[in-house]
Amino acid sequence: MANNEKPKLAMYWSSSCGGCEISVLNIHEHILTVDEVFDVAFFPCIADFKTKDVEAYPDDYITVCLWNGAIRNAENEEMAHLLRKKSMFMVAYGSCAYEGCIPALSNLTSKEATYNTVYKDNPSLDNPDGIIPKTSVKVAEGELTIPEFYHTVKSLDQVVDVDYYLPGCPPEPPQIWAVLQVIVGALLEGTPLPPKGSIVGVTNVAVCEECDLEKNEKVISRFYRPYEIVPEPGICLLDQGIMCMGPATRGGCEALCPSVGMGCRGCYGPMPGVEDQGAKMLSAVASVIGAGNENMEEAEIEAEIQAVVDTIADPAGTFYRFSMAHSLLQRAKVNGSNGKGEA
Amino acid sequence: MSEKYEPVIVGFLCNWCSYRAADLAGTARIQYAPNLRAIRVMCSGRVDPQFVLKALRDGADGVMIAGCHPGECHYVNGNIKTMRRFMLLQKMLTQLGIEEERVQLVWASASEGIVLAEKIDQMTEALRTLGPLNWKKRVLNSGNGYQAAEAIPVLEEA
Amino acid sequence: MSEKKHPDNKERVGVYVCHCGTNISKVVDVEEVARWAGEQPNVEVSRDYKFMCSSLGQELIEQDIKEKGLTRVVCASCSPHMHEKTFRTACERGGLNPFLFEMTNIREHDSWITDDKEAATIKAKSLVRGSIDRVVHHEPLDQIPVEINPNTLVVGGGIAGITSALELADAGYHVYLVEREPSIGGHMAQLDKTFPTLDCSACILTPKMVDVGQHDNITLLTWSEVEQVDGFLGNFTITVRKKARYVNEEHCTGCGICIEKCPFNVVDDIFEAGMGTRKVIYRPFPQAVPKYPVIDKENCVYFQKGKCKACEIFCPTEPNSIDFEQEDEILQIEVGNIILATGYDLFDVKRIPQYGYGKLENVFTSLEFERMVNAAGPTDGKIVLRDQETKPKSVAIVHCVGSRDENYHKYCSKVCCMYSLKFAHLVHERIPDAEIYDCYIDMRTPGKGYEEFYNRLLEEGTHFIRGKVAEITDAARIPEEEGKLIVQVEDTLIGRQRRVPVDMVILSPAMEAREGSKEVSQLFKMGCDFDGFFIERHPKLDPVATMTDGILIAGACQGPKDVPESVSQGAAAAARVAGLISRGTVMMEPVRASIDQDACSGCRICNNMCPYNAIIFHEEENVSEVITALCQGCGTCVAACPSSVITGAHFTNDQLLSQIEGILWDMRPEKVTA
Repeated sequence: MANNEKPKLAMYWSSSCGGCEISVLNIHEHILTVDEVFDVAFFPCIADFKTKDVEAYPDDYITVCLWNGAIRNAENEEMAHLLRKKSMFMVAYGSCAYEGCIPALSNLTSKEATYNTVYKDNPSLDNPDGIIPKTSVKVAEGELTIPEFYHTVKSLDQVVDVDYYLPGCPPEPPQIWAVLQVIVGALLEGTPLPPKGSIVGVTNVAVCEECDLEKNEKVISRFYRPYEIVPEPGICLLDQGIMCMGPATRGGCEALCPSVGMGCRGCYGPMPGVEDQGAKMLSAVASVIGAGNENMEEAEIEAEIQAVVDTIADPAGTFYRFSMAHSLLQRAKVNGSNGKGEA
Repeated sequence: MSEKYEPVIVGFLCNWCSYRAADLAGTARIQYAPNLRAIRVMCSGRVDPQFVLKALRDGADGVMIAGCHPGECHYVNGNIKTMRRFMLLQKMLTQLGIEEERVQLVWASASEGIVLAEKIDQMTEALRTLGPLNWKKRVLNSGNGYQAAEAIPVLEEA
Repeated sequence: MSEKKHPDNKERVGVYVCHCGTNISKVVDVEEVARWAGEQPNVEVSRDYKFMCSSLGQELIEQDIKEKGLTRVVCASCSPHMHEKTFRTACERGGLNPFLFEMTNIREHDSWITDDKEAATIKAKSLVRGSIDRVVHHEPLDQIPVEINPNTLVVGGGIAGITSALELADAGYHVYLVEREPSIGGHMAQLDKTFPTLDCSACILTPKMVDVGQHDNITLLTWSEVEQVDGFLGNFTITVRKKARYVNEEHCTGCGICIEKCPFNVVDDIFEAGMGTRKVIYRPFPQAVPKYPVIDKENCVYFQKGKCKACEIFCPTEPNSIDFEQEDEILQIEVGNIILATGYDLFDVKRIPQYGYGKLENVFTSLEFERMVNAAGPTDGKIVLRDQETKPKSVAIVHCVGSRDENYHKYCSKVCCMYSLKFAHLVHERIPDAEIYDCYIDMRTPGKGYEEFYNRLLEEGTHFIRGKVAEITDAARIPEEEGKLIVQVEDTLIGRQRRVPVDMVILSPAMEAREGSKEVSQLFKMGCDFDGFFIERHPKLDPVATMTDGILIAGACQGPKDVPESVSQGAAAAARVAGLISRGTVMMEPVRASIDQDACSGCRICNNMCPYNAIIFHEEENVSEVITALCQGCGTCVAACPSSVITGAHFTNDQLLSQIEGILWDMRPEKVTA
């Protein structure tokens, strides 16, 4: 990059909802600074760029690429490799890019089942011939191809090298601004960069620390789904049996969700030193189940615990809502062999 | 598959009851399946569900958590907490397609070498029937989900 | 031996694979395991050796630490419960922190459980690799010094507890002896004679009881129960409920006039086993220690109807010793160690209805018979039927009532053969012409002078019938059986069913764990087995210690025992405690949890994880903290912490996750062919 040129910014979305793109606007007037500091090199959501434009850039031409979205199909992966090659800093922006997020929950099922739901079983669907996408179709005019839909959704760092992570669904404005500042500062003023792999704009303490709700010793005798209960104000949601991932989730969001009566969903990901956010939250929640004690018969203990466990409708979806792709098992074992080993 | 499949079980044995039960089984020369590889923990309550997932991911066909009988825990009620975690974990593992037989919670007091040996034999047999899990190769690195190993090229470790 | 240095190794690990003579090497290819271990990451040196636990084996480790600069040591041999301490000490002698050592169990868990050499060798490698990968993450730890409070609590005033208390008190240490009955003495005080010497039980016991009562170093708390136990080895705080006696111990001289004057008698179910009566204000037996009586509130007419007060009226002391207003006292005592000697119960013979107890009046229990033959007992030592006058002409003694029985207790109750023989002898002695039938499954007489005693009974003419009694009935089939109790038994030596008509039957019930022993074990935070007996630390090598540091067990609360064994255990437990007290400070395993205060979010998940209440929450700082001294190292809170900010020393996540990875070294995709 020549000294008189502005740094180049790219933002790309892969498998995601689009909220991350919009979140950039949440930095309000700072967006003007962004515009002042950066040249936009690639940002399909706001301006018409073509892949070939990016391909034409020299390597490392883009200063910073904010990548949001998970890797769902071959196109996502291809673009990730391309942008990685063309960018100095690859930032996994938002939970999907960081650890799979909602798209990765489809790892609980198979590609075929996803297709069936979307293209065959959906009640609002009109697809009498049961056509499902194929990577290649021969038509009179020749062969048509679309990118392959993967069996397993991956996070960005599972396909390319990532420099920084910006968790959040979507990331909060101070974080966004923080990561841009860090890079701009390094480029323009030579301030040191955080070590590669840093998670930016977060704290090293779980959300509970930022949450003002009153927490007590926990004994939970049943869990409630959000529609089943009106939380008592001022009291820790988990104490009330409302699932809140706060204890197992990195802070930095100022406990936004719990402060408005909604349990933390866990979008900032696991605490440092945790291998698997879902397993840790599962362990914590199960530990404080108020059922069974050492003076009871085993069958009685089991029955009591089971009754509480039954009130947690979807443990995998709850505990891995954001971190499925980064979890230890990463996906469910699904196949036609019914788990009997050999197909 | 040509070679005989021998299931590998990672066992988390509590220091006071089940590890001693395994010691006793050995001292008494009880012959049982050598398929369990034991890791000693002070209490079954130390078994973090992460350990179970880690073992399954890293190639175990099954995981056995063994503790003192309820009411006999050296730490009063560590094993009750283990039960709570285990039961919720089982529910989640079912969602992840992992058969119940693959992760088991058993009780064996320090004097029950024979009980533990029987449980290990039974679990080994159950896993033999289920077939290998081989998570990384069959599930993570496969393009199309869980399949027979022969059909899937071996990819690099994640 | 194999030596191979990896330039990128983080640590220098020494791996030692033990042959254990041929115990390991006959199944596991130990040379191959050692050779292979040398190729594993971080391994500096690996060796196999005939006996690693021998002094030469230990010297190998010491030498390698010094000469090769080992930073970690793995020993693949037997169970860590066997030799972990040995090798830790060897490491320490070599100059290595003992916690930088890890033991791999390839004997009890491997070579002894299979003869499949290939599988055993693969398993050994996996376990060794697990240890190597784990030990790399070990951290040097220091043992935690704990000061020992020189006072000791002894729970239970039977012969075991009395022995413990006297041994410690004589050694110059203070003892609190807590007994829930009004007097110490336990079951032994109820017995007439002790086998095989036929010493008068009371004659040998009461001097010891008196010693306890008079000893300067013993605080005797009878009619008292432990309600709460807090703390840990060296520093327990015990809450004791001293039940109201309604007798002021300061003023009472133990003259016994109140007992004499009390107008009401009740059946004495405890000391006299229902065979005799006692007054409502009573001492369990004349030689009771302490001498102060106690009012049985339930049966006291004053307490129930508000009238009487005979005891108060006749009490000669000034001021009056009777105190109807007395209330339970709650005492807090500080001790360093606890000896549990809570004794046993006798099996309730009514649980075996076919033996007719309670229905057939001349079926007696062993304890009833003990009281009957006791000269101070309800019949003044006369052996008579329930009518209190008829001497039996024939007596059957039934062994194994409730023991060695799948339906009740599977275990052998150990003392019943001998006390049954003693009964036979006493009947011979008191009623020389009586016919005595002794029905046994196997005659178990292992002990000094025990077999000789059995031979004596053979000579005395006891009819021994080898067989388990099926039924005791009064339904006569032939005229000779009329009016008799008929003992139906298969005599396995002659291979025939027999019906033995007798006048009296004595049942010899099993010793069983005290009712409520489970609650007691929970109160003291230690283990008890299925039968309710307390679990010793090691069945052979550490029979008086428990898994909980600072809590020892003695006597029949650990399993059926006779008097000499109970005495030995009582003394052994006392010796263990005295050793700890004289050291003043003991070193505790540093396997403890700790919370990273900077990273704790104050979510309070862990707060009620700890059975020892070692986790406290600081409201101000909004963080939780583990009180190291209270922590017992179970790791339950470590597993529960959703932030992974609780570390369990020596069982950290890093260590265990690495061990999992190592143990599965051969299951990595590139290695799996199947």
